Amino acid sequence: MAAKSIISRPVYGTLSPQPGKHHLFIADAEGALAIADMAKTAPDRFFDGAEIVFIPGPDDKHVAALEALKPARFHQAPSFASLLPRLKQTLDNAHMGLRLYLAGTEGLIGQAMQVALDAGIDHTAIQTEHRGSLARRVQCVHCKGITENVTTQPATCSHCGLLLLVRDHYSRRLAAFQGVCINAEDRSEIPPIEEVFR
Amino acid sequence: MSTGTTKLDVVVSDVVPVNELVTRFHFRRRDGELLPTFSGGAHVVVEMRDGDRTRLNPYSLMGSPLDTREYTISIRRDDVGRGGSLFMHRSVRPGLEMVISYPVNLFSLDLRAKKHLMLAGGIGITPFMAQTAQLAGEGGNFELHYTCRTASLGTYADVLQQRYGRRVRLYHDDRGERIDLDRLLSSQPLGTHLYVCGPAGMIGWVRERAAALGWPPETVHFEHFAAPQPGLPFDVTLAISGKTIRVGEQQSLLEAIEAAGVDPPYLCRGGVCGQCETNVIASDGKFIHNDHWLSEEDHRSGCKIMPCVSRFEGKSLVLER
Ligand code: FES
Repeated sequence: MAAKSIISRPVYGTLSPQPGKHHLFIADAEGALAIADMAKTAPDRFFDGAEIVFIPGPDDKHVAALEALKPARFHQAPSFASLLPRLKQTLDNAHMGLRLYLAGTEGLIGQAMQVALDAGIDHTAIQTEHRGSLARRVQCVHCKGITENVTTQPATCSHCGLLLLVRDHYSRRLAAFQGVCINAEDRSEIPPIEEVFR
Repeated sequence: MSTGTTKLDVVVSDVVPVNELVTRFHFRRRDGELLPTFSGGAHVVVEMRDGDRTRLNPYSLMGSPLDTREYTISIRRDDVGRGGSLFMHRSVRPGLEMVISYPVNLFSLDLRAKKHLMLAGGIGITPFMAQTAQLAGEGGNFELHYTCRTASLGTYADVLQQRYGRRVRLYHDDRGERIDLDRLLSSQPLGTHLYVCGPAGMIGWVRERAAALGWPPETVHFEHFAAPQPGLPFDVTLAISGKTIRVGEQQSLLEAIEAAGVDPPYLCRGGVCGQCETNVIASDGKFIHNDHWLSEEDHRSGCKIMPCVSRFEGKSLVLER
């Protein structure tokens, strides 16, 4: 669980079954386990009205655990980008009564929430649970490029190559943390690079 | 001066009968200036000086927020109520100078919503008059469902239909027409917010169905003007001001405290906003909590009371006021 530091830093909860007719789950990797855990407290036939969209890790781990819940629909995708059009369409056609559950990495939760906010769902109405890697999605404040899966502090911007201090400042609109050049005065100064967001 | 209740000196500029039960009142500022801006859903508290009694009742502003030359409210006559509406209907005439509070909004639109679904029952239509005017001016997406007992008691139904056409749907009790609520709620696009104003029973029904159908509580807004319930007279000691007062049968605890010259905070006078919350220092008797603000636990504890709507029966009551 990520520590709370400054206000914009997202805080995640624990998935719990909500009243409603349609339940949409979006998860990646270990997020599947959050869904499986929640299922233990869900009412009977809860998953009859549920759709699970899952981005498994490289070894297809946890797919069987989700299938065992027998959701009305189950869909797998190789990456968030690949499921984006489908997700947008689902939300565009959805009605009030749809409940959204996001579980897994911060990158997944943040990006899915971004789409949901666009669709008109308030962030307080979305269930989230962080599981698995603490890797961050980071926006370089200088070139605006976004680097996925950042685990080190500082980190190198994959677009402009600057060495970035990854801040806790989080933008819900961009679903990304802000990275600020750490050695602007003297580029030859390279502080020790540590893996901190594992 | 109480929180959020700065006063305005106004003159009644018009009194217009609307139907057998409802009358509309228009107010302008005595100094001829514009009135303060407000947003759809706001109410004002009207001070009624009726002989040696002063009543303060909240009423929704129903005019367009885009026009602040005058404020308009509509009041349904309640023949068995505590007399506020009867006073307005019988004694208020154009030219009368009155005092009203600044507008307060406890029922505002959430402008982030993609669509606004409004449900009104009876005189609960008034806040929607202002909200629809505000949204229409901004090109907002709304739909209004309005239930009334009979066509002739469908206050402003004609005006609304003329203004907004098919965006307004009417239901008449005497024709057995009823909102197909579950269907209506289940067919709303994502990002819709729900607003309901009307009798307590209707609000309870709509909130319960919305919750069961998966509407997050943040998307469901409601307003109910609960008039204080009459009851047995009782005595209260106000610890801070050192006064002992009697609350009459037809008087609310808040009104009695005000009559004693103490100026406690309030906003809604209907048991929903939380402003008037008061600590109980000692009590020997039974509380009659009529508010929607305190939790069940607070009610049971006997340590807090909302004087705008709640009463007491018993030997003694000491409040921190
Ligand atoms: S004045 Fe609002 S709860 Fe009493």
